Amino acid sequence: MLKEDCASTLKVHLAQSLPLPSNVNRPRIDLIVFVVNLHSKYSLQNVEESLHHVDATFFLGKVGFLATGAGQDNHCSIHRNTVLRLAHTYRSPLFFCDLEVEGFRATMAQRLVRMLQICAGHVPGVSALNLLSLMRSSENPFLEDV
Amino acid sequence: MLLDDITLIVEISLSALIYRILLMRLLELIPPSADQSRGQAFSLISYDLITSVPSKQPTIQIMDSYTAPESTPRQSASSRVKDYFIGATPLQKRLESARKLTSFVPTPSRRKIPQCSQLQEDAELQKVAFLLHKQWSLYSLTPLYKFSYTNLKEYSKLLSAFIAAEKQKGLAVEVGEDFNIKVIFSALLGMKGTQRDPEAFLVQILSKSQLPSENGEGKVLWTGWFCCIFGDSLLETVSEDFTCLPLFLANGAETNTAIIGTWFQKTFDCYFSPLAISAFNLSWMAAMWTACKMDRYMATTEFLWSVPCSPQSLDISYAIHPEDAKALWDSVHKTPGEVTQEEVDLFMDCLYSHFYRHFKIHLSATRLVRVSTSVASAHTDGKIKILCHKYLVGVLAYLTELAIFQIE
Repeated sequence: MLKEDCASTLKVHLAQSLPLPSNVNRPRIDLIVFVVNLHSKYSLQNVEESLHHVDATFFLGKVGFLATGAGQDNHCSIHRNTVLRLAHTYRSPLFFCDLEVEGFRATMAQRLVRMLQICAGHVPGVSALNLLSLMRSSENPFLEDV
Repeated sequence: MLLDDITLIVEISLSALIYRILLMRLLELIPPSADQSRGQAFSLISYDLITSVPSKQPTIQIMDSYTAPESTPRQSASSRVKDYFIGATPLQKRLESARKLTSFVPTPSRRKIPQCSQLQEDAELQKVAFLLHKQWSLYSLTPLYKFSYTNLKEYSKLLSAFIAAEKQKGLAVEVGEDFNIKVIFSALLGMKGTQRDPEAFLVQILSKSQLPSENGEGKVLWTGWFCCIFGDSLLETVSEDFTCLPLFLANGAETNTAIIGTWFQKTFDCYFSPLAISAFNLSWMAAMWTACKMDRYMATTEFLWSVPCSPQSLDISYAIHPEDAKALWDSVHKTPGEVTQEEVDLFMDCLYSHFYRHFKIHLSATRLVRVSTSVASAHTDGKIKILCHKYLVGVLAYLTELAIFQIE
């Protein structure tokens, strides 16, 4: 993501789990992306526990889920519907991306940077909540009534 | 709290576990984070956007407990049949099934525990005895076009000629000549789930005995058999000319499998593809087979995990006494006769947390590669060995379901 061109400074902070230590001075967080590896149940458990530490206001468009590893079906220990359900419960967008593949990684980085720009308020006319409702309307209609 | 009770049961029943670890090197795999509790605390936060106050409900319910619109594959098949107009073409049925699969829930969240089959008589037992205790490679097969059970002898001759031709490439071969090998097609009676399932049939390559004094059949070089158990969802979508036998099991040399596969593909316009079993399905198999009631246990229950780490991958093997595994399953199991997604997850999580408590290794971050119980043993590459004749049909039913899912 850092390779992408961006008008303002882009900072990425990686963490294995939340909460982040509170003694460090850090800039405002605009977007949280939870990465779930479909090959390991442990990563799903980790994400679920980290979600408890996220403030409620973040879920209005500033949280996204990224599921990786869907390409190799026989390595998957988590069913695809599990992450779909998780994303639906938290009303946040879900992306599927095989982070091992270079091309997919670059495309995903572009999408995330664009989303980040909107969440940080750098794109006039579109807010994070706008984006969220736009993305939700294109989802599978079956998911809505569950 | 209910959670503590379950943890307590885990401690009592697993105290007598035998565990053996094969580690090539001990590595610090995952540093346990500071505030990681037992690993069993799953809670569902229902987020209410209006009040914007998350309400925590501590339940045992795991995130992926969804209620499927259809409870079992068989019931769903029958309900779909009722929805059709009388005389719907197979193409329409096929489109309907394809549309249903792209919707929310492709796999059922509950399945029936394999029932003890009726093959109790000795004669039938003998017929299927050769199927047990052999390692079979699994393939999924699309429906065969214009296959008829009456032409089995003809198919034997054609296949023998084909194999001989392949083995001596380039030389002209006549049908009906004497070869070193003999191919036999035979029908396997009783290998079906419902009356609608087509008959299973068996293909064997035998080496002809060279000495005239030896009577009878030669040595079996290769065995393969085709079957379909509870394949209702596939049977509905194909027309009359097709025979649906989606599961193919082969035992023997790979070259023979390839040759026979080519012949079938050419003759019946079908397609073989190797059936790999994902870790998710392996955990289902582990739960279902542990749930089967057995009089005596022949083998220990064993799991094998592969740890993805560089440069060499690690294998962790975890063996449990089968009665302890059954006791653990009984404490988890609630609905009689059925296995649900939550029970499978809870069963596996009990094993993971027990292992973590002793060895500080998160098995849930690794990949389940092999499951072996007294009923059957399965490897993720698509290899299966069935040990118990009573549950043969049950094991095959699940494999048929996986094969059908792969075809579709």
